[in-house]
Amino acid sequence: MNEVHILLVEDNEGDIILTEEAFKDMKLENKISIVRDGEEALRFLKKEGEHAAVTTPQLILMDINLPGLDGKELLDIIKKDEELKEIPVVMLTSSAADEDISECYDKHVNWYITKPIDYDKYTKVMHEIEAFYVSFVPYPKSGR
Amino acid sequence: MNEIQILLVEDNEGDILLTLEAFKEIKVKNTITVVKDGEEAIDFLKRQGQYTDSILPHLILLDINMPKINGIEVLEFIKKDEKLKRIPVVMLTTSSSEADIAECYEKSANCFITKPLDFGKFLNVVEAIETFWFSVAQLPKKAS
Repeated sequence: MNEVHILLVEDNEGDIILTEEAFKDMKLENKISIVRDGEEALRFLKKEGEHAAVTTPQLILMDINLPGLDGKELLDIIKKDEELKEIPVVMLTSSAADEDISECYDKHVNWYITKPIDYDKYTKVMHEIEAFYVSFVPYPKSGR
Repeated sequence: MNEIQILLVEDNEGDILLTLEAFKEIKVKNTITVVKDGEEAIDFLKRQGQYTDSILPHLILLDINMPKINGIEVLEFIKKDEKLKRIPVVMLTTSSSEADIAECYEKSANCFITKPLDFGKFLNVVEAIETFWFSVAQLPKKAS
């Protein structure tokens, strides 16, 4: 498998560092692009402005609580966009509220994961995402 | 989590046996209901025809090539139904065609898994589904 390009949409610096660290240890070759709010994520996905030269990610990890456009609104836009809706989206959030979980699945999130606060558990979840990613078939298979 | 209810939509008897055997091996308590074509799947989910007493599943495993209504049509039906769309759908199929993969993601499949022919490998896939869907990811509360 070639390098996997992951887009992380997260405003919390601690969580960004934690995610980058976890992905560094993986067998799966990966590249993580980071954007810090929903509007920037959309510019990245639409390849606009400062993100004109990026490749389309094969997986999006996003938080729910983001400044400006929040994660649920961003998810809704992605999953209604003909070009973007095929990209698998993982909602990675501290919320374990049933309403949030149901709303995200109604809006066609691929997976909803409650983010553990503990570093070891967080790393474990990232590795389980990796293990699962290897066994399922993502689309697009390679970045565009 | 209590017992997980899974709906398997599959017409091939060998694949049905394989899946039932593999799910017997996992730690999470689960019940699998099998329906053998797309029409039956829709009857089951809509509680009509012979399935007026059916219980909605936590997760759906859906084959693509089936008689009458195929898996992609069933997927589309589920993901456009206000009540059913939140149920995660795993496409579990022998197909690895780019066109099928793209179409399923466009129609909001939660993930696409190519079914390995070898039982050992199939068991690994089922274990990956177990870890990922029943322990890492949050399943939505069932619609009643």
